[in-house]
Amino acid sequence: MRYRSVTAMLAASAAALAFAGSAGATDLEVTHWWTSGGEAAAVAELAKAFDATGNHWVDGAIAGSGDTARPIMVSRITGGDPMGATQFNHGRQAEELVEAGLMRNLDAVAAKENWKGVINPPSLLEGCMLDGHVYCVPVNIHAWQWLWLSNKAFADAGVKVPTNWNEFVAAAPALEKAGITPLALGKQGWQEGGLFNNLLLAIGGKDLYLKVYQDKDAEAAGGAEMAKVFKAADDARKMAKNSNVQDWNQATNLVITGKAGGQSMGDWAQGEFQVAGQVAGKDYSCLVGLGMPNATITTGGDSFYFPKLADEAKSKAQEELASVMLSPKTQVAFNLKKGSMPVRGDVDLTTANDCMKKGLEVLKAGNVIKSTDELISPDTNTQFNDLMAEFFAKQDMSVEDAQKRFADIIGSAD
Amino acid sequence: MSVATADTTSAADGPRGRKPRRTLSRRNIILYGTLFVVAVYYLLPLYVMVVTSLKGMPEIRLGHIFAPPVEITFQPWVKAWAEACTGLNCDGLSRGFWNSVRITVPSVILSIAIASVNGYALANWRFKGAEVFFTILIVGAFIPYQVMLYPIVIILREIGLYGTLTGLVLVHSIFGMPILTLLFRNYFASLPEELFKAARVDGAGFWGIYLRIMLPMSLPIFVVAVIIQITGIWNDFLFGVVYTKPDLYPMTVQLNNIVNSVQGVKEYNVNMAATLLTGLVPLLVYFVSGKLFVRGIAAGAVKG
Amino acid sequence: MRSQSERPNPLFRNLNAKIASIPMVLTALVVFVGGTAWTVLYSFTNSKLLPRWKFVGLDQYERLWSTPRWLVSIENLFIYGALSLVFSFVIGFLLAAMLDRKIRFEDTFRTIFLYPFALSFIVTGLVWQWLLNPDFGVQHVVRSLGWESFTFNPLYDRELVIYGILIAALWQGTGLIMCLMLAGLRSIDEDIWKAARVDGIPVWKTYLFIVIPMLRPVFVTTLVIIASAIVKVYDLVVAQTGGGPGHASEVPAKYVYDYMFLGQNLGQGFAASTMMLLSVVIVIVPWAYLEFGRRGRR
Repeated sequence: MRYRSVTAMLAASAAALAFAGSAGATDLEVTHWWTSGGEAAAVAELAKAFDATGNHWVDGAIAGSGDTARPIMVSRITGGDPMGATQFNHGRQAEELVEAGLMRNLDAVAAKENWKGVINPPSLLEGCMLDGHVYCVPVNIHAWQWLWLSNKAFADAGVKVPTNWNEFVAAAPALEKAGITPLALGKQGWQEGGLFNNLLLAIGGKDLYLKVYQDKDAEAAGGAEMAKVFKAADDARKMAKNSNVQDWNQATNLVITGKAGGQSMGDWAQGEFQVAGQVAGKDYSCLVGLGMPNATITTGGDSFYFPKLADEAKSKAQEELASVMLSPKTQVAFNLKKGSMPVRGDVDLTTANDCMKKGLEVLKAGNVIKSTDELISPDTNTQFNDLMAEFFAKQDMSVEDAQKRFADIIGSAD
Repeated sequence: MSVATADTTSAADGPRGRKPRRTLSRRNIILYGTLFVVAVYYLLPLYVMVVTSLKGMPEIRLGHIFAPPVEITFQPWVKAWAEACTGLNCDGLSRGFWNSVRITVPSVILSIAIASVNGYALANWRFKGAEVFFTILIVGAFIPYQVMLYPIVIILREIGLYGTLTGLVLVHSIFGMPILTLLFRNYFASLPEELFKAARVDGAGFWGIYLRIMLPMSLPIFVVAVIIQITGIWNDFLFGVVYTKPDLYPMTVQLNNIVNSVQGVKEYNVNMAATLLTGLVPLLVYFVSGKLFVRGIAAGAVKG
Repeated sequence: MRSQSERPNPLFRNLNAKIASIPMVLTALVVFVGGTAWTVLYSFTNSKLLPRWKFVGLDQYERLWSTPRWLVSIENLFIYGALSLVFSFVIGFLLAAMLDRKIRFEDTFRTIFLYPFALSFIVTGLVWQWLLNPDFGVQHVVRSLGWESFTFNPLYDRELVIYGILIAALWQGTGLIMCLMLAGLRSIDEDIWKAARVDGIPVWKTYLFIVIPMLRPVFVTTLVIIASAIVKVYDLVVAQTGGGPGHASEVPAKYVYDYMFLGQNLGQGFAASTMMLLSVVIVIVPWAYLEFGRRGRR
């Protein structure tokens, strides 16, 4: 109901502006896959800011975590009937659309508003560039590297809440004895892959992570350092044996209800705790970088791309939208609702909660690294997730076999 | 396989034909008993859906999916129909309802019209090469739709129908064609040949025989075709969303958004209400078609 | 059927039938042959997000056949396919035969068996995922009734998961098969039944030796409908298990989709779909030729 009244208000204000005789409202269709409560509220902030420029945001939301939405978006663009703007994740998802010349470049806006100076970390803008031209607007940062723990579960098991991954593994037997699943894990490849990469960064460290994903070094991927990560993944596999859920939020729910000890999932999981009325520190604990030393976070997230349009007025509206999305005011409003971190270093999020503040500190300290979405192709990522799905489901698949196949995938990665 | 034994036992005595006079015979007990048990299996998920859709979220979190609601609430239905959000548009399934109707009606009519004529031509007016095209069509029935997404985008773009209602109707007719053509062809082929020959002797032509002899005799198969098409097209999500624009999106887009929103709490009650609401139109068609099925028997009696 | 004297030019024989078949011919040639040829061609390229003409020979196929997930998908399709085919046929026919015995409440029963077909596969998967969930579905209910050791957890068991999907698929699809069979049974002349009765042939024999052979065309239709649905099975798996646990319930169509759109590797997806098509063609074309081509012009 709330969103509905927001929309009604928006429509009214848009109408009022049009009446006021501004340059004339241009409709711009924006496609994205943000459809849950919190996400929709965040999108509403973008739409509100855009409508305030005298244009009109036509919403084209398609649910299904991007996997459903992306083929539709790509078809629309290649079918010669593109939308005004569309969401993709940071990284290489839209690479070819840009190369094929289907996206317009935003050099003029970027230069005028000094994107180079304000976007932090700078790697985000680099990810939007091809041959020196800017093709997208990053709007938020979502970090994967979190361990969420249920204080109740550990109290029930009679052990203290762990402060890092190793303590968590050590506490697993006590949890199991109390009938609690130590690790909640949705049985889907992307979640298992995410967990694995979190372990890689927390246990293997930044250098190993880059060697594997940036340099595609098959030797490092098959080496002794990496074997430690696989050992940790093996622990995780055993700890998650009884986690009979699929969706990530069902897994989070196990943590919220104290049926599971913890879950390693991105910062979007925090929204679930909030909706359930839980308080950070009291009901649940959050460990950035899984509580391991030198916590580093990856800078995944969402960007908007703007297909080339013939219509002059719409092209102008596209530039206005790009500019609005990066404005400090929109960044704060949008990211607070979304539960993500802003892409500018110069905005203040005093209202963020404790967990988010931890993340912002890491970001401020510059302990950031590119996400796998930015480093490896979606194809390689899918192969990797496939392997992880198999590894976590087959308790009898040996660590060595898994590592060998991992090295093969990295060796043939692009 | 209790079903099998039940049927053969029941079939062993009592002729088929007029309503049996003994209502409590062994045959009837087994027959109705079996049907009843099977019906329970088919109804169980519906029961769970209905019950869930009438519960509030706190009750659902308890996890007793078979338990009837302690406190009945229609809020999930209201929400699914009029309030659930798709991004910024918070008007629930109602938003796409008319679009679904606008898409389904012409698509069903066109696809069945084309396919029934195809089937008739193939069964009764075979011409050279017809079976080649027909075989291609049958192979076409096995192609996963996703594979054809890009080729169809290209075809529609080239003929200038991309993003239009006409284009979508065309796509539905194309993908409905293999199965429906087969359906009609085989049905027409199973009708007594003498009828066709007699009509030919009377001097009736291609369309005359189709309209005056074949159509009236094929009510049951038309019912099946309508069932297949209404259900398939009404429930279609992929084509509707890929080949049209947001102002033409069918209600399955909203259903998908309600059911598939991966972030945030899953509102199972709203999901189930939305599911049932979306299924109402095909269900209604099934109820109505029941009467037509019975009339199909009458048509069969006439031809004898 | 038109006599030679009426239309001397063979091209104009059955002219109306030919004109009426134009949509079919166009669809067959442009969409199915054209689209398929296009797909096959691009399976020899390394196209990623967009189709690009960059020939790489059989690379995509080599990779395909060395991918464990693809091999599991094929195996699953065979198990699922065989069982689904047999059960759909048997259950569909038995239900139709029972309904055709002039029972009371036929409408009610038919609607009950058919209604699941009104619900999309996505929804079917969701509901059955729920019913089969060990923590609050059937297993939970039976256990809370006192049978503590009762175990029925197909969706999280790698060996059983494909059967869990089968249960849902049969629930959704058998109603339509029943309707098809019923339509077929209704097309059978009442006189045949009368004659059989007069001759004293038992009902089950009448079904087996007279009715079923007469239903051959309907069975062919049913076979194609079931088989094509099996090959294309995708939504149900996605909604019910997402292919898991691990890859235990992966199917070929899902592999195609995932690599085309999720992995943005069109070439790989096309190679997989070409393999699917190839096997369909190998099975279907000879059979279809025998089935549809052999009878002469009527």
